[in-house]
Amino acid sequence: MTMDLKLILGISTTMLLARLKQSVVAGVGVTFSIMMYIALSGFMNGLNELLDGLILNRTPHIRLYNEIEPSEDQPLDLAPDFADRTVFISRIKPKAELTRVRNALGIMQALEKDERVLGIAAKTTAQVFFNVGTIDLNGVINGIQPAEEDRLFRFSDYVVSGSVHDLNAVNSVILGKGVADKMQVDLGDMVQVTTADGQRTMLKVVGTYQSGLADLDNVQCYASIKTTQKLLGRGNDMITDIQVKLHDLASAPALAREFARKFDVEALDIQTANAQFETGSNVRSIISYVVSVVLLIVAGFGIYNILNMLIYEKLDSIAILKATGFSGGDVRAIFISLSMIIGVCGGAVGLVMGYFASIGISHIPFETEALPTIKTYPVDFSGRYYLIGVAFALVTTYIAGLFPAQRASRIDPVEIIRGK
Amino acid sequence: MSQIDPVLETRKVSKTFHDPVTVQVLKEVSFSVERGEFVSIMGKSGCGKSTLLYILSTMDTDFQGELLLDGKSTTGMDRDHLSRLRSEKIGFVFQFHYLLPEFSVLRNVMLPALKLGRYGPEEVEHRAMERLKILEIGDQALKRANQISGGQKQRVAIARALINDPLIIMGDEPTGNLDSKNSDIVFDILRGLSAEGERSMLVVTHDEDFAKRTDRTIVMDDGRIADHGR
Repeated sequence: MTMDLKLILGISTTMLLARLKQSVVAGVGVTFSIMMYIALSGFMNGLNELLDGLILNRTPHIRLYNEIEPSEDQPLDLAPDFADRTVFISRIKPKAELTRVRNALGIMQALEKDERVLGIAAKTTAQVFFNVGTIDLNGVINGIQPAEEDRLFRFSDYVVSGSVHDLNAVNSVILGKGVADKMQVDLGDMVQVTTADGQRTMLKVVGTYQSGLADLDNVQCYASIKTTQKLLGRGNDMITDIQVKLHDLASAPALAREFARKFDVEALDIQTANAQFETGSNVRSIISYVVSVVLLIVAGFGIYNILNMLIYEKLDSIAILKATGFSGGDVRAIFISLSMIIGVCGGAVGLVMGYFASIGISHIPFETEALPTIKTYPVDFSGRYYLIGVAFALVTTYIAGLFPAQRASRIDPVEIIRGK
Repeated sequence: MSQIDPVLETRKVSKTFHDPVTVQVLKEVSFSVERGEFVSIMGKSGCGKSTLLYILSTMDTDFQGELLLDGKSTTGMDRDHLSRLRSEKIGFVFQFHYLLPEFSVLRNVMLPALKLGRYGPEEVEHRAMERLKILEIGDQALKRANQISGGQKQRVAIARALINDPLIIMGDEPTGNLDSKNSDIVFDILRGLSAEGERSMLVVTHDEDFAKRTDRTIVMDDGRIADHGR
């Protein structure tokens, strides 16, 4: 059997080498389609991941906060005199209450022990004015835990100058790029801020931040959570948001409901907060799947055509082989192996070329305001595309060889020999 | 028993073509070829002699009647068995040389033996070389099959037909495409091979001079054997 296999491989290799030019053309067809598939899929997926990342990296999977809203229970409801009446109260005002999450430290401790949670980062937001000469600029200072914020939400990707870690120093701030430009301040400069309560503090600029959204960059600034709490004159339990990142993004809505019930806070999951993002992301995935499949199908037909032609040119040889003792099965094996050799060689070169094409794409400049740290087009180098590419090359060339080989195996040598 | 079996025997072989109109090409043809015999088949064009030859070669299985090769009936054998039987017992020489153009002369001769697997590759190469030398084309062994002359190609085809030591060599006008000088060379080679002993020859030909020099000439006419030649 191995003897036969060796003989058959020997015959098909000789046939391929005898018409080297034609074989190379067939191989190049395979190479080109595999290369295009790998480069395009990697490119499309790289872009998709980048776009998804714009939202996913910055947004907590679940945000726990305290909404200011009117109390559901009004004193009148408790009065026995009105128990059997329908009560109408208009224009209820929210009760005076801090926007902080109640028992935030306790909740954080509980979340840290939860195995479904990847990490948590506390945040305290403060409305402030930046005092520039005679003008007060509106601003929001987000008090964050710099290390956690960077780990979970890649904060440093958006810090265009200075360093995130300098935030750990007391009374330091990272300004939104818009804010910094308006005040004409640079790293190391001091800015004066006034809180809503009228307290004034001097903060040192240690960096600038650019999200790509001008509205945000004109307002948002970052300081450490301690600095912010001090600014507000509150203790370390003044936390307005607990941002939760999960291991499994899909479980966010269910967990949000669970946390809301368990901790008696408002919980907003990423799917609800960014419904339009889900739609966009899905549509992009569908488009890239369709493009990949179409690419593969078109490539498959090309390969099939070339091999079919190659086999029709060998009809005489088939007749001779059969007349000299080779069976239909041998002939089929010869043509399938002929096809598979083209598939393996063309596919292997295609993988390498695809890799180089991907590298090429990943060096094309791509500057965008939205992503200050991205300088070139993103490409996904995941092995998945290479595996699919190889499997595809093998399967297509096998099938492309199988049908003509099947026909060849049934060819009646007499018809061809006498047809001359 | 097998000592007296003819190499090849047909019993009432008939064949009908249905396309484009139904024509019976062979009508109950019965004859046999003995060991060492050199038989030629003659007849007008269209009398069915080539059709008969391809049935005898086991390549054409679509016929009625019975074909016995070396005393064994081929009726009901599947194609794989037949191709094995063919490579063991029959050598075939076509009117056109029919060599594989991609391969060297030597490789062309070796392929049927490599397929049969009776000997290892080195032994096969040795035997192929021996046969090429007998046919005086040993010096062409390493050339590509499409680089040698017509007469040489036909001799390569004969060497290929001989590689598995077949019981019978069949030829479909093996000299039909050659000039008289090359024709004579090929005839002498075939004659010599059958004279050696056990090996039989069965050759379809138009060439009367060729036929006259064989042991026996079967004449066919309109699908029947008109003269068994003995």
